[in-house]
Amino acid sequence: MQQFNINDLKSIVGEDNILTSTEDLFSYSYDATPGHAHMPDAVVLPANTNEVSQIMKFANAHKIPVYPRGSGTNLSAGCVPTKGGIVLLMTRFNKIIDIDLENLVAIVEPGVVVADLNTAVGVSGLIYPPDPGTVATATLGGTVSENAGGLRGLKYGVTKHYIMGLEVVLANGDIMNTGGKNVKDVSGYDMTKLFTGSEGTLCIITKIIAKLVPAPEAKKAMMAIFNDLDDAGKAVSGIIAAKIIPATLEIMDNATIRTVEDYMKIGLPLDAQAILLIEVDGNPTVVEQEAAKVLAVLKSNNAATVQMAKDDAERDKLWAARRAALPALAKLRPTTYVEDATVPRNKVPDFLRAVNVAAQKHNVTIGTFGHAGDGNMHPTIVCDLRDPEEMKRVYLAMDDIFKTAIALGGTLSGEHGIGLGKLPWMEEQHGPVSMNVMRAIKRTLDPNLILNPGKLVGEC
Amino acid sequence: MSDEINVKDINSHDKELLTDIQDALANCMKCGNCMAVCPIYKEVGRENAVARGKISLMEGVLSGRLPISANFEKAMSMCLSCKACATNCPCGVPADELIVRGRQAVVKARGLGPIKKKVFALLKHRQLFDLSLRMAGLFAPLSFKKLPGKMGTIARFPMPGMDVKRVTAPMSAHPLRSQYPEVIKVDNPKMRVGFFTGCTINYMYTDVGQATLNVLKANHIEVVMPSMQHCCGTPVFYSGDVESAKVFARHNLETFDSYNFDYIIAACGSCTEAFKIEYIHMFKDEPKMLALAEKISKKTYEISEFLVDVAKFDKTQLGPVHATVTMHDPCHMVRGIKVTKQPREILKAIPGLTFVEMSKPDRCCGSGGSFSMSYYELSRQVNDRKIADIASTKADIVATSCGTCRMHIMDGLEQNNLDKETLHVIQLLDRSYQAGSQQ
Repeated sequence: MQQFNINDLKSIVGEDNILTSTEDLFSYSYDATPGHAHMPDAVVLPANTNEVSQIMKFANAHKIPVYPRGSGTNLSAGCVPTKGGIVLLMTRFNKIIDIDLENLVAIVEPGVVVADLNTAVGVSGLIYPPDPGTVATATLGGTVSENAGGLRGLKYGVTKHYIMGLEVVLANGDIMNTGGKNVKDVSGYDMTKLFTGSEGTLCIITKIIAKLVPAPEAKKAMMAIFNDLDDAGKAVSGIIAAKIIPATLEIMDNATIRTVEDYMKIGLPLDAQAILLIEVDGNPTVVEQEAAKVLAVLKSNNAATVQMAKDDAERDKLWAARRAALPALAKLRPTTYVEDATVPRNKVPDFLRAVNVAAQKHNVTIGTFGHAGDGNMHPTIVCDLRDPEEMKRVYLAMDDIFKTAIALGGTLSGEHGIGLGKLPWMEEQHGPVSMNVMRAIKRTLDPNLILNPGKLVGEC
Repeated sequence: MSDEINVKDINSHDKELLTDIQDALANCMKCGNCMAVCPIYKEVGRENAVARGKISLMEGVLSGRLPISANFEKAMSMCLSCKACATNCPCGVPADELIVRGRQAVVKARGLGPIKKKVFALLKHRQLFDLSLRMAGLFAPLSFKKLPGKMGTIARFPMPGMDVKRVTAPMSAHPLRSQYPEVIKVDNPKMRVGFFTGCTINYMYTDVGQATLNVLKANHIEVVMPSMQHCCGTPVFYSGDVESAKVFARHNLETFDSYNFDYIIAACGSCTEAFKIEYIHMFKDEPKMLALAEKISKKTYEISEFLVDVAKFDKTQLGPVHATVTMHDPCHMVRGIKVTKQPREILKAIPGLTFVEMSKPDRCCGSGGSFSMSYYELSRQVNDRKIADIASTKADIVATSCGTCRMHIMDGLEQNNLDKETLHVIQLLDRSYQAGSQQ
C-alpha cells in the first residue's frame, strides 16, 4: 500500500463521510467472527455508484486495499480489514429503488437490510426467501457477497438463486452491469453468479436485481424427538423420498438439546439423540396432506414423540427450542464459533457422530444444530478466546470437522462464506487446479489485489 | 496536561473500574443483533452508536489499545438507556449496564461535564434542590410560554442546553407535595401506601400526582407522601456518577423504611425501577444496605401494577371516557420493571374508551432523560418515528406511564402539528372515576 492523502478521498465523498479517528477505526476493525481484527486507515461512506467508482480508481492507483462492508455480521472474517486500507461502508446505499410486480423483481441498493426488503414486498404478498439468522440486521449487499442461506434453503434455495442481475464497480473503477430482469438469460458467462458469493474479492456491489416469489398461504410445523440418531437421519431421507420438500427441516443434536433444556426448561428429554423440526408450507390443502405424510414418515422411523402445531401459538412453542439453540449455546462460554460445514443429506448422522468424536478427543464443547434437509450443519464451538491453550484444541477440533465434511463429500461452507476462517482448508476441498482457476479469475479482475485481499482464495 | 488518559493511568488509580466487567464484555460475541433494535443506530448508522461498538471500545480501553478520550466519552453518551439491546441479545449481555459502567469510567477518568457537575451537586443537596425547582416554578411564566390547554410550555428566551422550539413540561409554581398534607387520610382505609412522587411529578406534572391521589382515595387507600423524599437518582446513575446515585438511594431507602408502609408506589417507570432493581445493584457489596434495598424492593409497585395486581381497583364506580387511546410503553416499564399488561388492563376497563395498539408501542420515544438535552435533534429523529406510529392509529390520546416520555411525545406532537393529548394512564382512570361520581 502506498501512502495516500486522506484529502483526496474527502474531495470525493465530503468530510462528513470519512471516519479517521482512532475510535472509529477501531469500531470497524472487526466483524462477527471471533479472533480476527485489524484497524483500517480510513472508513469511507460513499453515497452513489459514481463515488464508489472514483474511490476505486484512487485506491487502484495507490494500491490501497478496499473492504466493502454492510452491517458487519459476517461469520468468516470477510469484513475484517486485515491489511489496513479503506473500509467501504455501504450503509448509505439504503434505498429500495423499485418493486416490479409484473416481473416479480425488486431493484435494491446493497445497504438495505434484508428484513426491510421483506417488509416492503410483504404488503404485496411476496417474499424474498433467503433468510439467514441475521435477516433483521444483515444488508442485501453483505448477503449477496457471502451468498447467504437460511432456514428455508431446502425448498427455496440460497441467495444465488434469487439474484438476477447486479451493478458492480470493478477494482479499476469501471462500472459493470450483469444480468437483468429476464427469467431466461444465457447470454455470455454468468457473471451475476460469479459475483454473488465473491465475498468482496472481485468487485463492489452497488445495485441488486432480486427475484421475488409469492408468499406461502399456509404453514404447518411439527417436532419429532428421536432416541437414535440414525432413525432421525432415515426420517430426513424418508421425507424427501416421499417427495415432500419441507420449507424447513431442522435438526438438533444431543449436546444442543441438553443445553437448550438447561436454559429454557421446556421439558425436552435429556437422553434424546436428535430433535427434528419440520415445517411444510404452500397451498392450505396441500400443506395438510404433506403434514400427514411427514407425520407417517416420522412414526415409521421410530420417532419417540411427535407434536404437530394446531395454531400459531403452538407453532411458536415448537420453534422456541430451535430458536434457542444458538443463544443457549452462546451463553455457555464467552466465545462462539458458528461453523457451517455442509454434507450430502444422507451423511448427516455420520457427520454429527464425527463432530462428537472431535469434541471428546480435543476436550472442546460443541453443540450441533442445523438444516438437516440440505445437510447444512452448524457445529457451534463455545470456548474462551483468551485461553491460548484451549484455542489450540479448538483449532484441532475444527480441523477434524472440516476434514470429515470434505471426506463425506461435503463442503467447508454452506452459507457463511470462506473469508479467512475456512481458508486453511480450501486447497484440500478444491485441489490445485480449481484453486489456480479461482486465483486466475481474481488476478484478472483485480490485478493489484486491492479488493478484500488475502480472503477466499488466499494470497495470489 | 494531555487531554487523554491512557489505560496505565486508570490501572494505577481505578484498577477495579472496568476490569471487573472484563468477563461481561467478553460475553458479547459481536453478532450485531443489537443493530436491529437500537434506536440511535437506526438514525446514525455508525458502529460506535450501537451496543456492539461500545462494548468493543471498552474492550479497547481495557486492553490498552484505546485511551479514555473525548471520542470514547461521546460514544458512551450516545445511548438512550432504552435496554432494547440487552433484551435482544442472544448472549444475555447487559449492554445497557455496561454502557453505564463505561460512563462511570469516563466520570472517573475525565470528570463530569461542567453543566452536569453543577446540576448533580445541586441535586445532591435536597433542600437546595427543592428550593431551586420551586423558584423555577414561580418564575417559569417569565421565561416559558404556556401552550393553551396542555401541560406544555415553550421557552420565551433561548435557554442554555435547550432548543428554542422545544416543548417542555411547565415547572409548577406549587409542587405536588406542597399542595397536600403529608398524610392523606381516607375512611376505613384498606391499606396504607407510601407515594414516591419523583421529580417530574412533584415539580412539573403535578396533574399526574393529583390523579394518583384521587384514584387511591377512590379505592380507600391511605396515602403518605414522605416529605423528606428526594430524587430517585436515576439521571445521575445513568450518567455514570454512581457514587452520587448511592447518596440518593441511601436517603430514599432509609426515609421510606422509617414509615413501615404496606406498599410503596410510584407513578413513573424509571423511579419504580430505581426502587425495585437499581438500588439492589448499587448496594450489592454492602450487606446491610442490600438487605434494606431488598426489603423496600419487595414493597414497591408502579401505580398501574399496584392497582391491578395488589389493590384490585374498583371497576364498579367507573364512568365513561369517550376517547380513542393508544399506549406508549416507556423503556423502563417494558424492559426495566416489565409492566405492560396492567396499564392496558386499566385502559380497557374504562367504559366508552376505545383502545388501539400502535405499531411498536415498546420502541423508545427518544427522550432518554437528559439525552434529549444533549442531543435534541437526534432525539427528535427517534421521536418522529414514534409520532408517525401514533398518528397512524388516529387516536385522540396517547397514554404512557413516564413523565419524560410524556414530555417528549408532547413535544413531538407539537413539532409535527398533531392535535392530540398525552396523558399518564392514571389520569384517564381518574377521569373515569370522576365521570362515575357525577352519574
